[in-house]
Amino acid sequence: MAEGKLQLAMYWAASCGGCDVAVLDVNEKILDIAAAADIRLWPIAMDFKYRDVEGWSDGEIDVCLFNGAVRNSEQAYLARLLRRKSKVMVAFGACASFGGIPGLANLHDRESIFQAVYGYTASTHNPEGTRPQTRLEVPEGTLTLPDFFDHVFALHQVVPVEYFVPGCPPTPKTIMTAIEAIVTGNLPPPGSVVGASTQSVCEECQREKSEKPVVAEYHRPQEILVDLKRCLLEQGLTCMGSSTRGGCGALCPAVHMPCRGCYGPMPRSLDMGADALAAMTTILDASDEETARQKTDRLADPLGTFYRFTLPVSMLRRAPKGSAAHS
Amino acid sequence: MADRFEPRIAVLCCNWCTYAGADLAGTSRMKYAPNVRLVRVMCSGRVDPAFVLRAFQDGADGVLIAGCHPGDCHYINGNHKTMRRFPVLKRMLRQWGIEEGRIRLEWISASEGDVFVKVVNEMTETVRALGPLDWRARTAQEVPDTTHHTAG
Repeated sequence: MAEGKLQLAMYWAASCGGCDVAVLDVNEKILDIAAAADIRLWPIAMDFKYRDVEGWSDGEIDVCLFNGAVRNSEQAYLARLLRRKSKVMVAFGACASFGGIPGLANLHDRESIFQAVYGYTASTHNPEGTRPQTRLEVPEGTLTLPDFFDHVFALHQVVPVEYFVPGCPPTPKTIMTAIEAIVTGNLPPPGSVVGASTQSVCEECQREKSEKPVVAEYHRPQEILVDLKRCLLEQGLTCMGSSTRGGCGALCPAVHMPCRGCYGPMPRSLDMGADALAAMTTILDASDEETARQKTDRLADPLGTFYRFTLPVSMLRRAPKGSAAHS
Repeated sequence: MADRFEPRIAVLCCNWCTYAGADLAGTSRMKYAPNVRLVRVMCSGRVDPAFVLRAFQDGADGVLIAGCHPGDCHYINGNHKTMRRFPVLKRMLRQWGIEEGRIRLEWISASEGDVFVKVVNEMTETVRALGPLDWRARTAQEVPDTTHHTAG
């Protein structure tokens, strides 16, 4: 690390802002971070201009915490710019690490998204069919907007990334573990996930699990009153815990909501969605094909459930353009 | 004839029934479409859904999973596990934009060489009619060049 204070940059791309807020959720420890680091860029909290960043010398920033996926030209530009200016690039949160919720848009492309958003949604009133333009000449000069891509990328699909901090958002414990590792230089090899576990969420979950789990029927959380002690998966909820990396402390199942998979796939997983599909359906109580079909019909939106945060880093990555996807 | 599309179909078949059934078709000199590539697994229950996704990703136009009839599994109930996964896998593949005809589950015993021939021929024609899947080319995405960006 550089002499003196850690030079820190934080940036948001295609994200909801939750990752930035999560940094504040470390509460009074934010003062420790401020004591150890010069925050050079943090658009959600302070005013900065991109030309300031352009003026920095290459490698001037020690660590960049980049949250959000990359889905337009401004985000790709900033990803590349910050990569050049930073010694260590961290994909911060599920969107930067795996594409996250914005990544579900990879079942569509720009044209079909624009058709919906500027065309036929119930709240759209756009009789002239106006679409956003990336350039507009006005008397005062040229106005520009970023170009919207066909595809949502995880950060490492755009620039090389040293570390991944998962979560939607990362928990305060995950964030502090990651930041301490960075500040002390006590880091695993590049490419590693930092601040999370190498075991599944089930390992941290306190709910009672049986030796041979069997699911009688699938349910959605609003359809049943859950047993407060038993494993949620065994009660028929689509809990992603067994296919998801731990480190969050199993916060969702602790409050009786099924895990959504935001810490991403387990180490050495081939495909998170395939893991979840196998885990949830193999233990169904069905011994003939018709029963299996009827019971699994109640499992709503398998793709969106199993790949909620990881579609852009999955094996298949996206639906082909113009395909009959998501019907 | 020369321009006819020849699909590539990955067959994930169990060691105890379907592979032996395919062997029987061969030793009985039955003819079947040469479009299949057999991958032997110990049990149809060993077929991780990821194997199917990998096959499509790596260029298969169709995937056939085949194992022992329910009740005949060498490992008692391995094929039941595949049977439960399959309807969801099929539905999920449809969400990805992969047509139903490209994925099939069949129970074919060691004595059913003729069934193996029939299934392979049928599926070859179904997938031929659907055309090439060509997954990698149809989903390839480059990150667009952004060096010109000047906003902000």
